[in-house]
Amino acid sequence: MFGLDKKDTTLLLVVTLLALLAPFILNPFPEASALAQFNAGYPDLMQRFVIYGIFAVGFNLLFGLTGYLSFGHAAFLGVGSYSAVWIFKLLGMNVLPAIAFSIVISGLFALLIGYISLRRSGIYFSILTLAFAQMSFNMAYSVLTPITNGETGLQLTLSDPRILGQQATADGSIPVTNLLPGLEMRQSVQLELGGWLFTFNTGYYLAAFFLLLAFYIAIRIFRSPFGLMLRAVKSNQQRLNYTGIHTRPYTLAAFVISGMYAGLAGGLLASMDPLAGAERMQWTASGEVVIMTILGGAGTLIGPILGAGFIKYFENIFSKINENILHDWFSFLPQGLQDFVVTIVAPFFGEGWSLSMGLMFMAIVIFLPGGLVEGGQRIGQLFRRKPAAGDAASSQTTPAE
Amino acid sequence: MGILEVKGVGKRFGGLQALGNVNLSIAENSVHAIIGPNGAGKSTLLNCLVGKLIPDTGSVMFNGQSVLGRKPHEINQMGISRVFQTPEIFGDLTVLENVLIPCFAKRDGAFELNALTSISGQSDMRDKAEQILTDVNMQDKTGMHAASLSRGDKRRLEMAMCLVQEPKLLLLDEPTAGMARADTNNTIDLLKEIKSKRDITMAIIEHDMHVVFSLAERITVLAQGTPLVEDIPEKIKGHPKVQEAYLGQAHG
Repeated sequence: MFGLDKKDTTLLLVVTLLALLAPFILNPFPEASALAQFNAGYPDLMQRFVIYGIFAVGFNLLFGLTGYLSFGHAAFLGVGSYSAVWIFKLLGMNVLPAIAFSIVISGLFALLIGYISLRRSGIYFSILTLAFAQMSFNMAYSVLTPITNGETGLQLTLSDPRILGQQATADGSIPVTNLLPGLEMRQSVQLELGGWLFTFNTGYYLAAFFLLLAFYIAIRIFRSPFGLMLRAVKSNQQRLNYTGIHTRPYTLAAFVISGMYAGLAGGLLASMDPLAGAERMQWTASGEVVIMTILGGAGTLIGPILGAGFIKYFENIFSKINENILHDWFSFLPQGLQDFVVTIVAPFFGEGWSLSMGLMFMAIVIFLPGGLVEGGQRIGQLFRRKPAAGDAASSQTTPAE
Repeated sequence: MGILEVKGVGKRFGGLQALGNVNLSIAENSVHAIIGPNGAGKSTLLNCLVGKLIPDTGSVMFNGQSVLGRKPHEINQMGISRVFQTPEIFGDLTVLENVLIPCFAKRDGAFELNALTSISGQSDMRDKAEQILTDVNMQDKTGMHAASLSRGDKRRLEMAMCLVQEPKLLLLDEPTAGMARADTNNTIDLLKEIKSKRDITMAIIEHDMHVVFSLAERITVLAQGTPLVEDIPEKIKGHPKVQEAYLGQAHG
């Protein structure tokens, strides 16, 4: 189907189902239960899952296939957001032109940075991309203030022209982003079923649509001769040169496509919440997408999406667990012991969630170099019947390098 | 006029004159060996032919066109393929994918943004790749990871990758270096078979005299960056100058 083989079609269908049913899947606990705090099915977080999923899928097209580790990808995310907000200011509040503009501008920006950075490989390439991204970040804060509005961040105001839309709503406030007139990004439909509350949000489904499109294109790239050349770049660039292939345009194309994915993600972030700040381009944001991709499984199709979901879930859910909640959990213990256990456990939750995240990242990199995808494959092999297991092992395991 | 004409090529690295005044003509469809002791400049000469090094003086013409100043991928696209001393293959990819890459390079040129076409849909390329793998006796290993092949199979795979491009000139840089005698003989047989099946010119840089005398139709002996003699194998064998270059002068 759609030019994919059977396995890839299944994968696409699974991702489609997950995306469509996410409001149910992410809300497994009834509203009133103590476990409801682990529910992730609210629009804001679901949007972030898919948007950062797009970001990571795009990053993986560069890093997973060619092995070029860009440490400045957040620059494209930021550029995408700024571009989208400018369209909201100048043209109107429809998100589609804004997203299209984000992709184009980020692509051009990636062409410039990639053209220069790809003259080097390995650590020098990473440093060059990092330098460019930090340069963009600092410029957004200082000299580019007319475009980026400096520290405050780029926001909508009532005096923006919005030549194709309305400057202000009837009640005098700033209009909100929409897909069609009357179909606002922030609109949600709620469904109450027994004790459960499910929220279906326009913005989420738009982002999910783009994720599926982005994922589909990524599968096609993985299975194309172009994708094969990119993997060959990672494997042995010298041999590729002596096989008559000019590697530079291949890596540059991968870099630009990857930048466009980041631009799409940035444009979507701005579409959900029309403001853009420089901190979106900071090096920590670039590092985050690297971690997402490696955590999920670099070079695999589904890995980056899993990694993005995993990190965003922990960032939002773990960070909300404070000491009171911990005391609740351990309330079955005698008072003294309870205090002791909470004191031990508390640094891993709440504000200390990054500690747990870091430990988990270390454990995964050391024990599962292939990321969550490798973990899934190993579990899958455990449950498979003995004779089949032998064949699967020889065909599916990838070498450690 | 040979397919490859090297005229007056010189290359200096700092104070070392690696190549003096090298003149070499390789006839079309011949097997030409370049031999010489360590440090004679064999590898430097080869690197000048494939675009890795640019000589200081002289000219290198392939098929009537100069190769000087061209990048390795451009020289490959002109019809020169190269086998390395240690097999250079794509270890992370399967054997079949290893051979598909040169197939695509031959068909699509140095760059083609065919990101939305599927490899599995291109049966003509697959057929071509599978055929060449059958030719080198690797048809039952197409799905294996190239990194897990034995040394001899890696060499076969690299040959297949070069041959599938149907190059006019195949450069072999010590194709049997570090091989056991049995593997060396297999490689000799493979090269003989290749030569008998198609029109191809081979230039072999080799240390092993057994290989050279089994394959070469003409031999150039290189010593201290200059060609000493060039002749048919029978004449090279007992040539006093050659023995001198390899064993040192008898009298100071």
